[in-house]
Amino acid sequence: MQASDRFNINSQLEHLQAKYVGTGHADMNRFEWAVNIQRDSYAAYIGHYPLLSYFSIAENESIGRQRYTFMQKMLLPCGLPPEREED
Amino acid sequence: MYLYNLTLQRPTGIICAINGNFSGGKGQEIVVARGKALDLLRPDDNGRIQTILSVEVFGAIRSLAQFRLTGAQKDFIVVGSDSGRIVILDYNKEKNVFDKVHQETFGKSGARRIVPGQYIAVDPKGRAVMIGACEKQKLVYVLNRDTAARLTISSPLEAHKSHTLVFSICGVDCGFENPIFAAIELDYSEADQDSTGMAASEAQKNLTFYELDLGLNHVSRKWSDQVDNGANLLVTVPGGADGPSGVLVCAENFVIYKNQGHPDVRAVIPRRADLPAERGVLIVSAAMHKLKNMFFFLLQTEYGDIFKVTLEHEGDRISELKIKYFDTIPVTSSMCVLKSGFLFAASEFGNHALYQFKAIGDDDDVEASSARLMETEEGFQPVFFQPRKLKNLVRIDQVESLMPLMDMKVSNLFEEETPQIFTLCGRGPRSSLRILRTGLAVSEMAVSKLPGVPSAVWTVKKNVIDEFDAYIVVSFTNATLVLSIGETVEEVSDSGFLDTTPSLSVSLIGDDSLMQVHPNGIRHIREDGRINEWRTPGKRTIAKVGSNRLQVVIALSGGELIYFEVDVTGQLMEVEKHEMSGDVACLDIAPVPEGRQRSRFLAVGSYDKTIRILSLDPDDCMQTLSIQSLSSAPESLLFLEVQASVGGEDGADHPASLFLNAGLQNGVLSRTVVDMVTGLLSDTRSRFLGLRAPKLFPIIVRGKRAMLCLSSRPWLGYIYQGHFLLTPLSYETLEFAASFSSDQCVEGVVAVAGEALRIFTIERLGETFNETVIPLRYTPRKFVLQPKRKLLVVIESDQGALTAEEREAARKECFEAAQAGENGTGSADQMENGGEDEDKDDALSDEHYGYPKAESDKWASCIRVLDPRTANTTCLLELQDNEAAFSICTVNFHDKEYGTLLAVGTAKGLQYTPKRSLTAGFIHIYRFLEDGRSLELLHKTQVEGVPLALCQFQGRLLAGIGPVLRLYDLGKRRLLRKCENKQFPKTIVSIQTYRDRIYVGDIQESFHYCKYRRDENQLYIFADDCVPRWLTASYHIDFDTMAGADKFGNIYFVRLPQDVSDEIEEDPTGGRIKWEQGKLNGAPNKVEEIVQFHVGDLISSLQKASLIPGGGECILYGTIMGSIGALHAFTSRDDVDFFSHLEMHMRQDNPPLCGRDHMAYRSAYFPVKDVIDGDLCEQFPTLPMDLQRKIADELDRTPGEILKKLEEVRNKII
Repeated sequence: MQASDRFNINSQLEHLQAKYVGTGHADMNRFEWAVNIQRDSYAAYIGHYPLLSYFSIAENESIGRQRYTFMQKMLLPCGLPPEREED
Repeated sequence: MYLYNLTLQRPTGIICAINGNFSGGKGQEIVVARGKALDLLRPDDNGRIQTILSVEVFGAIRSLAQFRLTGAQKDFIVVGSDSGRIVILDYNKEKNVFDKVHQETFGKSGARRIVPGQYIAVDPKGRAVMIGACEKQKLVYVLNRDTAARLTISSPLEAHKSHTLVFSICGVDCGFENPIFAAIELDYSEADQDSTGMAASEAQKNLTFYELDLGLNHVSRKWSDQVDNGANLLVTVPGGADGPSGVLVCAENFVIYKNQGHPDVRAVIPRRADLPAERGVLIVSAAMHKLKNMFFFLLQTEYGDIFKVTLEHEGDRISELKIKYFDTIPVTSSMCVLKSGFLFAASEFGNHALYQFKAIGDDDDVEASSARLMETEEGFQPVFFQPRKLKNLVRIDQVESLMPLMDMKVSNLFEEETPQIFTLCGRGPRSSLRILRTGLAVSEMAVSKLPGVPSAVWTVKKNVIDEFDAYIVVSFTNATLVLSIGETVEEVSDSGFLDTTPSLSVSLIGDDSLMQVHPNGIRHIREDGRINEWRTPGKRTIAKVGSNRLQVVIALSGGELIYFEVDVTGQLMEVEKHEMSGDVACLDIAPVPEGRQRSRFLAVGSYDKTIRILSLDPDDCMQTLSIQSLSSAPESLLFLEVQASVGGEDGADHPASLFLNAGLQNGVLSRTVVDMVTGLLSDTRSRFLGLRAPKLFPIIVRGKRAMLCLSSRPWLGYIYQGHFLLTPLSYETLEFAASFSSDQCVEGVVAVAGEALRIFTIERLGETFNETVIPLRYTPRKFVLQPKRKLLVVIESDQGALTAEEREAARKECFEAAQAGENGTGSADQMENGGEDEDKDDALSDEHYGYPKAESDKWASCIRVLDPRTANTTCLLELQDNEAAFSICTVNFHDKEYGTLLAVGTAKGLQYTPKRSLTAGFIHIYRFLEDGRSLELLHKTQVEGVPLALCQFQGRLLAGIGPVLRLYDLGKRRLLRKCENKQFPKTIVSIQTYRDRIYVGDIQESFHYCKYRRDENQLYIFADDCVPRWLTASYHIDFDTMAGADKFGNIYFVRLPQDVSDEIEEDPTGGRIKWEQGKLNGAPNKVEEIVQFHVGDLISSLQKASLIPGGGECILYGTIMGSIGALHAFTSRDDVDFFSHLEMHMRQDNPPLCGRDHMAYRSAYFPVKDVIDGDLCEQFPTLPMDLQRKIADELDRTPGEILKKLEEVRNKII
């Protein structure tokens, strides 16, 4: 990599995208954005135990079950992705 | 406004628990994470759980693990938290603190998706630790020892895999080969791209082994294999010399044994017979127990059933996996099997328990096995069982937990000295109403009636070296009664005490003789039975006595003091006389210091409102050393020596000091430091204890001298973890007390009150509240107090539960089926279960087994009228037709026909998933009958949503139904709509009113201030908040101010600026508000945030109350994790300055234990504003002495003054 490349905005962005999940890009669509937010939210629910217990009281499930449900929901948090537009 | 935050009750719920030898001794200890606090617990010899250490960490602990270096004797603790750091702690037994051994930063702080901290796994041989996040990141740290045998930690090795969710990780036991970690992983990258849904439905969970190559210092993916898609938890199987190695994969309905190069061994988890078919069975907690030549696992399902899993193996080949029903206990978040034969069950909701193993499940029971696994067309054939009574476990102790605290109200319903806190706690069948009172709980050992009204009581030993007391001596107005303590307590007459006169003091004197002081003299009873009498000169009588083991001072009526000492031969010799200026009110001699002949100090209290310290040294005997003047005449004096400490189990280190305590006639207790050399008095602290002058008595608590103060209620002054605490006891008013020690009761108190003699012990020290528990039926939601009638009305509702009748029917059916012998698998023990049905009929059993699960759109709910004094439910209405109650309020309508009515908001057929939906909402109106003890439905009104908030307003009823605020009036057949406003953003969850203002809380958009214009009959929103806040609790503070708490654990106050408020009040027509438009659909005015603080726990209720008589009010908050805290408003600028500086120094010099920055934690979502963290300031006495001095110097104070300040502010709150 050349010295000038390191400061190139694109390579910096790529670095960020590789390092931090969810870093956006210019062509990001609504779905990708929402999926990312939802995954972040579920991870936060799992990580904050009081919040997790709050949900499990509301749904009358055990905390372990609620944690598992949230983990499972991270797979497809917003339903199926939209069909790609052919370009 | 500046506030001081103080946690009154630490969180009581447990997130995770681990066990091990943390202090390095033989004993087993348990470390529990309670969210923001880390505790070390130890079961004592009697099987009671004792809290040894509790530390506030100012961060959210998410995972814990323990490891032991090879050949070491003690375990270290690894903590995964939201600090973006891995922290290794070592419990320091000498100082009783957790020492931070290592703290390595790896990422951003906060509970994030890809920042590790959620999972921790250790290599069973303690050579490496893996810390993982929900997604992508896993880091491995190598643990080793340096030349000085200290623990070292390497830089992290990455085991990342992007686009991969991690469900669980664990270490694989492979002896001393390279450490391996296993993880359940799920790759989502294809599912994100595929719009047909094929990839998502085919997404496959994998079990991946990561090998840490110790030689190359590198982590590689060693092996990956498909695993059941319901997999959620991994459990390490012992390996090396102890077992076959590999892992147990717990999946929905199955337990699967997996290892590299080994075929899967799968067995089904037995199901409860009454479980709906669509529900799976998930393992939520696991514990492994390893004995010399065998091992087994205890796995608990989400319904509370524990299964014992055993592996039949030869070498490392598994031939069979067996899952046998073990017992059923409430669902846990963690289980710890202790080597001493105990099972510590950290319940996810409700009380935690300690069980003892009676058996390890070797008897016959329902068992599923991999060998008998049957695959049919519909999948694997299930195995059924019926839960039964405990067979293998027996509960020996429980630790109270308020988690989840659903609602809280403070009121002095019982007309006691301080108000009671009524809390709704628990969930489902383990729900309860808990009445908390400030003070320590006492357990009464004995109460016996005496032949008269006693005036005083003492206990004496016969010899200094005796362990237990020999006599209880009770004095009456004209006689003395002597009781000897043995197997029983009985009256004796051969003790040598004079029984025809009242006594003034009875004590052990010298090494082995007894002394009785009575108004006419001193009776000295020698060990061999010889009796020496000293008689008072002339007709004077003895008024007061002060004594320690070697010195006696008596005060004669008129004010003459006579001083006696015990000489070498054990004789009591008169040494000195001294005339005081007037009558003596009280006397005390400091205890003889260790290794000395006598104590130097005599304190004399006089009716001229002074205390004098006199010297008892031979060279300046009866010289006045110092004088203190008081606000009122002293009634009782007590020297209390605080022994020097270097930490240990009583907490922080502090030098020895001597305190003079004085109970004054105006009910104040004053504590003054006595200089141990000069006798000078300084640094007085005073506290109002009650309406009667406190009488002070020395007692022993946990082997240390403590003080019992008897005012209108008893108080205990003792040192706990470095703090001097003065706590009320929850007991009745006592007249006189003495410490009591016998075979049955090692540390007790004997006291007299009325005509009775009472013996009691003091329960768990350090607790702020003691509780009275009244069980409830379903998860309590809200309640209202009826202060006049002294009744509570509670609404309870449970989702996915059967109503009482349905449960009864199901139970009957099950019983009949068992009778016919046709039940499920139809084995012999099934019959036995049926036979035990009588025991199941009692209401308590549900508490143990949980309610049977129903479909998620089924609701069970009830409205209960409860008399808290007698714990009687006077009326219980079970709601029918799938209705559930969500809100409640009492309302007085304009039309006074019915008086006070009860409004209850309900929803019918409410469902949260897949989409929130309901059949209908209702507002029920009930009439109180029989003086409020019973309810009668007047009518119910259908509404379009769930009425989550109800409130009385100007003789009408305000209801928040979804985004609509509506005003109702009472009609004959239903409620009548009067006016409404539909402009609220999402869902109204709280309504509070004051004059013509209405403060509405929205579920996600904070507060809206509204005004009702009667002439136009319209509701306007005139101000709202500019910050989205997911409200969970709210409280009205004053006309312009609201306090709220959001879902993320923040507490905040908002205030309408004064000028805006004035403008609105001065607008006579209301035209301006009506036509004024805000921007972006908001209200025209905005409230300002004046206070902001991150509590770190979800706050479920806010209250304003004063917990001490005559004290100022503070805001109390209750949290889901079962903690109670207070926010106290500072009244002086000086205090604000002092505490903010102290907080600043504490932040610098005492960084939190788990690596989270204190300031960042308290500002986790919004910057902290105008709140000083008392929990941090209160860690001051736990700092090392030199650090305390350093901070004190910088604040221009002494450490003592800082402690005094801390004590003062705490005393203002509780």
